[in-house]
Amino acid sequence: MSYQNPYTPPRKSATFDDYTLAEIRRAAATGIYDIRGGGTKRKVPHFDDLLFLGASISRYPLEGYREKCDTSVVLGTRFARKPIELKIPITIAGMSFGALSGNAKEALGRGATLAGTSTTTGDGGMTDEERGHSEKLVYQYLPSRYGMNPKDLRRADAIEVVVGQGAKPGGGGMLLGQKISDRVAEMRTLPKGIDQRSACRHPDWTGPDDLEIKILELREITDWEKPIYIKVGGARPYYDTALAVKAGADVVVLDGMQGGTAATQDVFIENVGMPTLACIRPAVQALQDLGMHRKVQLVVSGGIRSGADVAKALALGADAVSIGTAALVAIGDNDPHWEAEYQKLGTTAGAYDDWHEGKDPAGITTQDPELARRLDPEIAGRRLANYLKVMTLEAQTIARACGKNKLHNLEPEDLCALTMEAAAMAQVPLAGTSWYPGKGGF
Amino acid sequence: MCGIVGLFLKDKSLEPQLGALLSDMLITMTDRGPDSAGIAIYGGAPAGKAKITVQSAEPEQEFSGLEADLAKAGIPASVTLKSTHAVIEIDEGKLGEIRAVLAEIRPDIRIMGSGESVEIYKETGLPKDVVSRFDVRAMGGTHGIGHTRMATESAVTTLGAHPFSTGPDQCLVHNGSLSNHNNLRRELKREGMSFETDNDSEVAAAYLTAEMAKGKDLGKALESALDDLDGFFTFVVGTKSGFGVLRDPIACKPAVMAETDQYVAFGSEYRALVGLPGIENARIWEPEPATVYFWDHEKAA
Amino acid sequence: MPVFDLSQTPLRELNSALHQIEKGANDIVFEVVNPRGSHAVAVGIDSPVTVEVKGSVGYYCAGMNDGGTVTVHGSAGPGVAENMMSGTVVIEGDASQYAGATGRGGLLVIKGNAASRCGISMKGIDIVVHGNIGHMSAFMGQSGHLVVLGDAGEALGDSLYEAKLFVRGTVKSLGADCVEKQMKPKHLEKLAALLEKAGVKDVKPEEFKRYGSARKLYNFNIDNADAY
Repeated sequence: MSYQNPYTPPRKSATFDDYTLAEIRRAAATGIYDIRGGGTKRKVPHFDDLLFLGASISRYPLEGYREKCDTSVVLGTRFARKPIELKIPITIAGMSFGALSGNAKEALGRGATLAGTSTTTGDGGMTDEERGHSEKLVYQYLPSRYGMNPKDLRRADAIEVVVGQGAKPGGGGMLLGQKISDRVAEMRTLPKGIDQRSACRHPDWTGPDDLEIKILELREITDWEKPIYIKVGGARPYYDTALAVKAGADVVVLDGMQGGTAATQDVFIENVGMPTLACIRPAVQALQDLGMHRKVQLVVSGGIRSGADVAKALALGADAVSIGTAALVAIGDNDPHWEAEYQKLGTTAGAYDDWHEGKDPAGITTQDPELARRLDPEIAGRRLANYLKVMTLEAQTIARACGKNKLHNLEPEDLCALTMEAAAMAQVPLAGTSWYPGKGGF
Repeated sequence: MCGIVGLFLKDKSLEPQLGALLSDMLITMTDRGPDSAGIAIYGGAPAGKAKITVQSAEPEQEFSGLEADLAKAGIPASVTLKSTHAVIEIDEGKLGEIRAVLAEIRPDIRIMGSGESVEIYKETGLPKDVVSRFDVRAMGGTHGIGHTRMATESAVTTLGAHPFSTGPDQCLVHNGSLSNHNNLRRELKREGMSFETDNDSEVAAAYLTAEMAKGKDLGKALESALDDLDGFFTFVVGTKSGFGVLRDPIACKPAVMAETDQYVAFGSEYRALVGLPGIENARIWEPEPATVYFWDHEKAA
Repeated sequence: MPVFDLSQTPLRELNSALHQIEKGANDIVFEVVNPRGSHAVAVGIDSPVTVEVKGSVGYYCAGMNDGGTVTVHGSAGPGVAENMMSGTVVIEGDASQYAGATGRGGLLVIKGNAASRCGISMKGIDIVVHGNIGHMSAFMGQSGHLVVLGDAGEALGDSLYEAKLFVRGTVKSLGADCVEKQMKPKHLEKLAALLEKAGVKDVKPEEFKRYGSARKLYNFNIDNADAY
């Protein structure tokens, strides 16, 4: 090294970064794509890029306590004889028994019930623990139809026809053999220990025209009592929302790409679908174009973490939000308490996503009875209820500051955007301007 | 940020003085809003006739020959000029037709309000100037409302001035700030209502019109407003024969009312009421939050 | 015998009446006339009721049937007897696609032909087709029996789990992980019982071939990637 021969430090490729290199080596060594749980980990434009415009002189804020800010919402007001009345606009998303332990499902039911909201079954059917501890339970109707039967259909409070989810719009499910215990195998009519694949399309209908007839059948079976939700992954939200409405849905559930899954290919999670932020306005536009905004309710999910996210989703036009990943964290997923055990699995608290392997130290995404026992469903349920209530209070705080006596009176005009991307996706002005990309029709 | 007044006469002998009384009430409220002012007077029309109040930025040019042009278009009318405004009296049956005709023959004319009874005058500027420009003091009538505006989030224009009229003989003045008017405007537009401004108060007026179009009377429409309108408001509204007051459930925006055997009066402040006859012996009160107050000549009769 | 004329009476009244039958009220026979291709006829039955449908029906006839006996004197549209739990559904004519989809129990008899995806995702139902079946039949079949007296279309038993397939005629092609298997005595016995239940005469179990899962896709192996 000298003035004549200067040192060039080693330079790593931005394209072939360390993570990419490790993935290539892993694929070469194992011959299988990376499967994991959770939603996208890449950074995408999100609610963090939006801010609320609180009231001051041109608008007046509300005080707390006596000056009420209503948080209730009714889902399924269009056709169902028994719509679902929720105290808070935050529901628990569908997660299967199989992916989660029985205790975890019970905890979700307990927490949701304490907070006055609903929880949802998943791919794998309805368990007694879950039904018993959930005051309001949404029963998912999935392509696999695992555990599907008319008795559970009738003891559900609503039916959610799952067409897709944000982590994998267009994809099916995958539950690896490690988690197919005797009970899971029996509920799914499968041999124990095999890798269970779930279909990506429904076995007996395809497209909106068939869906309309499928919805008719479900309504006839349940005597037009239950609200029918249609859940789609965020990819073409304008058309999918419009078609769900045309097919006769009471509620549209729209899941952005931050929405989690129990187990899917990493390449799918990271490269298919749209950020939640980008999904809401087109879906609301579809509802407005059909004159159905607030008549067919829109539930948005995928990356909802705080009362601010709830308030922002509602301001953009959603009627409610749904949480999955955040609910799991609230009951103990990825808790640093288990750091030593995460280390043994080659990961760290906060990064653990091998939910499909069934070795969850927190006892949530597992069918191992020893691990599952670690989760006390009563305590975990209480934690979830606390979290739901905090989020609600946070959303109310923001709404009151914007002068609203109902959370649902938040409007897009109460928001500004920090980035051009968020301004374009949410169609709200860049902070300090009255403009967003696309405004003016180009 | 605004001052509002209203006067509903029970004693017919006061009717010739309506314009003068209301003018003084409104001028007293000038401090609360210097941007624009407006007044609606319900004076009745000859049986079978209707009135339409129009405004123009170039009244001399636009209003000249208007009577003749309307007659040519098949609408016999008598046009009375008042500064930037004109009141067109036509057969009641032509009320639906005249808007389209005006849009055709005088596209730049703006319609302030219409109906069997109401005349609406509003302009940018102070109440005293607006009142004298339209010679409001000389007008008689059964009831009327007035407004002086301090603009908040929408433009200071003639159309942005109150009262807002969105239906025949219906108008509204508002003090406060609504917090859900954008969503509500979108809904009302889908239901077929049209809007001239970005003003929150226009949304409130349109909302009441839409509710009354569903068959509600003004009182019932105001009750629904308590559920559907968010934010802060004191409304004074007029219909052909009625007069209503509503404050939001929090009721921060000021409101004072006075009632005697001769009238019911409303002011943003007590000062607005002090010139009324017999005010010393009137029952004076502040309207309760979330309570609909409603008087109607036809129902009283 | 209650008669529902679907050209006069709304579908809702038929299904509602079928759902209101008290437990133990046996021997209830319903007749449905003029179905004219209606969807969701006699769905969600949960008692041992008998329904005679005089004519052809649309989608999802006898959907989720649990214990009823439904006979369609005509043809059935897509998804007949989908997710059946128990009971018997007989189609005198042909059935469209998805016949018996995800069925968990009971017996579905199709006296004519069935179109594509017959027995898709079947989970315990027994299906007997007197005629032929279309492509992709028994896709992802998990459990139960599919008996075909005629021929099967392309990709029979693709991604099959443990459903057992018996075909008397030709099979155009087998789907991924589906193979012909040895017919053992216990299979012949089961097949004979199914044929009898389905009212098939003059056909011997020995005339059939048996197909089932090769179980190579049960646990992932990159060397089977061509099948994915």
